[in-house]
Amino acid sequence: MAKEKISGAEALIRALIAEHTEYIFGYPGGAIMPVFDVLYHYRDQISHILVRHEQGATHAAQGYARVSGKTGVVIVTSGPAATNIITGLSDAMMDSTPLIVITGQVGSSLLGSDAFQETDVVGITQPVTKWSYQIRSSEEIAWAVARAFYIAGNGRPGPVVLDIAKDAQTGLTEFGYRPCQFIRSYNPYPAIKAAEIEAAAQLINQAHKPFILAGQGVILAQAEAELAELAEKADIPVGCTLLGLSAMPTDHPLYKGMLGMHGSIASNIKTNECDLLIAIGMRFDDRVTGDVNRYARQARIIHIDIDPSEFNKNVKCDVSVLGDARAVLQALLPQVNPARHTEWLESFAACEEVERIKVIEPEIHPQKPLMNMGEVARKVSEATGNDSILVTDVGQNQMLSARYYRFKRPRSIVTSGGLGTMGFGLPAAIGAKIGCPDRTVCFFTGDGGLQMTIQELGTIMQYGIDVKIILLNNNFLGMVRQWQALFFDHRYSETPMLNPDFTQVAAAYGIAGERVTSRDELNNAISRMLAHHGAYLLDVQIDPDGMVFPMTPAGACVTDIMLNATEKY
Amino acid sequence: MTDKTLYTVTVYSENQVGLLNQISIIFTRRQLNIESLSVSASAIEGVHKFTITTYSDRETMKKLVKQIEKRIDVLRAFFYTDDEIVFQEVALYKVPTDKLLDDKHIEELVRKHNARILEVNRIYTVIEKSGHTDETQALFEELSRYEVMQFVRSGRIAITKSTVEHVSLFLQEQQYRQNQL
Repeated sequence: MAKEKISGAEALIRALIAEHTEYIFGYPGGAIMPVFDVLYHYRDQISHILVRHEQGATHAAQGYARVSGKTGVVIVTSGPAATNIITGLSDAMMDSTPLIVITGQVGSSLLGSDAFQETDVVGITQPVTKWSYQIRSSEEIAWAVARAFYIAGNGRPGPVVLDIAKDAQTGLTEFGYRPCQFIRSYNPYPAIKAAEIEAAAQLINQAHKPFILAGQGVILAQAEAELAELAEKADIPVGCTLLGLSAMPTDHPLYKGMLGMHGSIASNIKTNECDLLIAIGMRFDDRVTGDVNRYARQARIIHIDIDPSEFNKNVKCDVSVLGDARAVLQALLPQVNPARHTEWLESFAACEEVERIKVIEPEIHPQKPLMNMGEVARKVSEATGNDSILVTDVGQNQMLSARYYRFKRPRSIVTSGGLGTMGFGLPAAIGAKIGCPDRTVCFFTGDGGLQMTIQELGTIMQYGIDVKIILLNNNFLGMVRQWQALFFDHRYSETPMLNPDFTQVAAAYGIAGERVTSRDELNNAISRMLAHHGAYLLDVQIDPDGMVFPMTPAGACVTDIMLNATEKY
Repeated sequence: MTDKTLYTVTVYSENQVGLLNQISIIFTRRQLNIESLSVSASAIEGVHKFTITTYSDRETMKKLVKQIEKRIDVLRAFFYTDDEIVFQEVALYKVPTDKLLDDKHIEELVRKHNARILEVNRIYTVIEKSGHTDETQALFEELSRYEVMQFVRSGRIAITKSTVEHVSLFLQEQQYRQNQL
């Protein structure tokens, strides 16, 4: 008997189910209607979250992927929908987030004819995806979906686009799904080289002042335990990149804070004092290094990464170790000798004390009536037992919540690091809550970023998503204003914003909320927000003169640290 | 401006639509001008070979090649200086026949440049010459006195002087990996 034939659209949905896809973030339209029609029949097996803009679908899928470790799936139509996903793809590419974005496409006979809602999706997505492929016949669908999941989720994760011509969705095909396990031209997990491990171990065993830089690669590889073991065994302090936050608990005695432009004073100063940098799953972004010509010149550098193109890209290393962070650390640990670096570790205290007095105390216990972003972030963190998921937008709200939030377990921060996408946060928070329904999700945003994707309040309303929105509202584009204050002689060009009453906007969507204008009300308001079942918007009025410190200005040396607008470290 | 060397990049890939675009945008992002480009089958069935020349420095080339290899459908990518490869180009010249016939030195010219005449008719003659760029350029300059109606030079093609076939080794390793699954 001939095998049953099904439509390409059904083959797509069955393939997604075979890959254990539980949620699709999407938006229907003309060129993808056959797929949404099939989705209707499979709605008891796979849930679709209707966003309000396709960009939101990509960010929601990113939030979902980042907290769950699964691949986020997006389905949208052709043309304008496909152009609306570019920001999310670029963001996922920069931040190594596994996504599969399926776009509808005009029928294959119309390709290249400037047909209605046709756009060259593969052409415009190739630079911002790990793989982008156009499917022109229904027979290719199962193969392409299998390959897409393999590519997106393995090795260094990233976004994949499948652009499916409409006739490939309607055409009939036999269906047999086999997950992809091998691509000849791609080896996602290169074998660990013993010589590289030995060379790295030798440097570690010789070091007197070693320092670990942990990035998101640690979290992606689930190497948090190995990271802690290495740090504890050889007594090595650890700094985390923005995306690496929560790879080590904030209260671990060897944890020395966030790296980079707004990172801890100690982690930046000690970068230029250590004799060995051990970079694990991080890529020496310019926001971490500052001026690379004055970055850790005194130190030997070990770079552990799964992506060989990162070696020597920004910073030259003495030993590169190619591989998955967990596999590398497991191979490395037996060769690392137990050590004590008491004097070196104690030397961090001086930096920490300056930061506590000059930066942290004024931020979280200010002697002025107006509220700071950092104090709000610390209070919310503590009110959730330091165990909630932090989602941020981009700007001052991002840096200050990242600085003052505390983390107990991994995958507890979702933020747009590499691309710095304003508007990322609200949809990402939706995805994070769906990916981790048992954890409290606190989303910190500003009045600028919130309004870039504010329509997703509709998605929160429709699906009853319990996201706590903490709006740090200063009626300014705060980070740009900060640069204007520091580097452009206080000319606040186009940064003041006339804003709506956000609690009324939320109320229109059936979302509870309140406005907090004084510090006396803050604790109770946070308690009400956390006790409330369902989404809540806390509109906190923030001092517009507040700035993020410490700060290493762009392009400066990592040790060139501003403590405030007038004092340097 | 630092001194730039002419490098030859060879890329071995699966035969996938759109790969040329993926490779060329990596050059574009690094502001590298592609001097010549040629794509063909390789000695290995199903494997395509790109040969691309560009002026750059060694550090940039190392990064470029790794970023090319990062593309999923690329098997391996390498870069070479001229002394590491045997390379060749071919040029075609279309010259008015009457002017060539009026000149006594046509035989000498063809012999001296080791060129070939591919086609002759009353209107034009097509001459072919293989060689390095300076050699095909020298013939172009000599033929210019007869008027060159059309001139074209192919992209460089190159074969390594190495005794190790790295792509074949890579494919053997991958085959081994697949068998282990």
